[in-house]
Amino acid sequence: MADVPNIAPVLPEIFLALAAMSLLMLGVFQKATTPDGVMRASRLTSGLGVVTLVLALILVFTVSGAKLVAFDGLFLSDPFSSYVKILILLASAFSLILAQNWLERQGAHRFEFAILLIFATLGMMMMVSAGNLLSLYMGLELQSLSLYVLAAFHRDDTRSTEAGLKYFVLGALASGLLLYGSSLVYGFSGTTDFATIATTIAAQEHTPLGLIIGLVFVMAGLAFKVSAVPFHMWTPDVYEGAPTPVTAFFSVAPKIAALALFVRVMVGPFGALVAEWQQVVVLISILSMLLGAFAAIAQTNIKRMMAYSSIGHVGYALIGLAVGNEAGVMGVLVYLTIYVFMNVGTFACIMAMRRGDRNVENITELGGLGKTHPAMAAALAIFMFSMAGIPPLAGFIGKLYIFMAAIDAQLYTLAIVGVLSSVVSAYYYLRIIKVMYFDDPGIEPLESPLPTSIVGVLVVTSLATLLFILVPSPVIGWAGTAAASLF
Amino acid sequence: MADIGLGHYLTVAAILFATGMFGIFLNRKNVIVILMSIELLLLGININMVAFSVELGDMVGQVFSLFILTVAAAEAAIGLAILVVFFRNRGSIAVDDINGMKG
Repeated sequence: MADVPNIAPVLPEIFLALAAMSLLMLGVFQKATTPDGVMRASRLTSGLGVVTLVLALILVFTVSGAKLVAFDGLFLSDPFSSYVKILILLASAFSLILAQNWLERQGAHRFEFAILLIFATLGMMMMVSAGNLLSLYMGLELQSLSLYVLAAFHRDDTRSTEAGLKYFVLGALASGLLLYGSSLVYGFSGTTDFATIATTIAAQEHTPLGLIIGLVFVMAGLAFKVSAVPFHMWTPDVYEGAPTPVTAFFSVAPKIAALALFVRVMVGPFGALVAEWQQVVVLISILSMLLGAFAAIAQTNIKRMMAYSSIGHVGYALIGLAVGNEAGVMGVLVYLTIYVFMNVGTFACIMAMRRGDRNVENITELGGLGKTHPAMAAALAIFMFSMAGIPPLAGFIGKLYIFMAAIDAQLYTLAIVGVLSSVVSAYYYLRIIKVMYFDDPGIEPLESPLPTSIVGVLVVTSLATLLFILVPSPVIGWAGTAAASLF
Repeated sequence: MADIGLGHYLTVAAILFATGMFGIFLNRKNVIVILMSIELLLLGININMVAFSVELGDMVGQVFSLFILTVAAAEAAIGLAILVVFFRNRGSIAVDDINGMKG
């Protein structure tokens, strides 16, 4: 009799998959023939979707802490994957909470939104737990296929469908690069299992050229997914065109998952080739930081500006990967944790930008916000100061750990470019604060009062950003444990 | 006549992959051609996988290629669906018309 596989480590993912499929059935069998029915179905799946994500979060806590392997090494569950999964689930839950109200007011509320978002989240969780090139690919594709549809979710809007199309073409290309790399790695190491690849490489005196080429292709594919320069060209268009709640989701959850995957693949199977990949990561990190800093200055659309800002943030996070040791990975995790809260908060503010009956996305539309919406302006100011890395806000601590790791590893160029580009990027973050507090309001103020969901998320994220400095030790300690589990 | 070995298969796969890559970047006419190029990319990878699998005497590569085929089908379906909604809004699927956003 065959052994029953140990599925306990995969419990959160199995739960999420079953719940998403049940929600799909629930949505399909609602009588959604009238506008009221459509509204009811979308509210039901969205509400239950948030509950599902929270339950999955609790399940992740129950399996966290130990290093477990399931399905013959295809699936790894360790403190690193649990930490990242918690971030992903938090980001997804925040995005789903914010989305419902926005979609209803755009007339784009359909019950599929929550289901696609949960499937994308499931794909991300599989990615960060991947222990094999095959499970990596399956997780990545489950995530990507759901995200293509989400980008084009506002199907009556030209910009949204265009964003979906661009994201699809470039995403498929990135998957192709990654897969071609995987096939070469498989061919020249003889296995797709991460741990076996690592031992094979370590045992070889000279690494075969094919393996190095495979590594480069894998890195190019992953750089596409994290939108690092020079593979960033899809990011601004997709961020601008996609519906704002989807952009909010794109800028946090998939980015965290792809970065975590990048870290796992580089320090895991290719850990012995650190000399080969370190220079490449240093280069894309420097380019991302510089492009993020300079290209965002000229932007007038706030979503597009946030796209360049996110490219810059990826550059900072990649410093931690370039360092390639425990301190560096811990820096990445702390940085990403803080990034979730800052970014979700900023996008909550962008979603609140409505004038008359339409959404506005120009930075100048924020004029006079300090007088008309003092609370929202204060929250946005906190996020902007934090993104610029000004102490004592949370963003400063994230940058501090990253730069400290770089200096300890004697990667001075990275640290210097990082500090300089964060000075440049402070310009456009501070410009938003200037517009809010010193410019005249337009003819009519932005809509008020804000929807409850946005207010709730804003309170949570701004308090987290503001008060992180008081109690940083639990997060940092936990990130340290998570990083240690990779080495 | 020379035996056909691993090198030949890898060359064919690399040519297919490169054709797909150029098809995506050089084609200025039609998005459908891009979808076909993506299929070419994945086919090249499949040949790689199967060739390595036979060479190594290891089944994983063939299993992997079955997974890739399945995902490619799903990917093509989603790509065409997005293309259909785009066409409804824009009335065109020419690559040069995908230019609503610039910067």
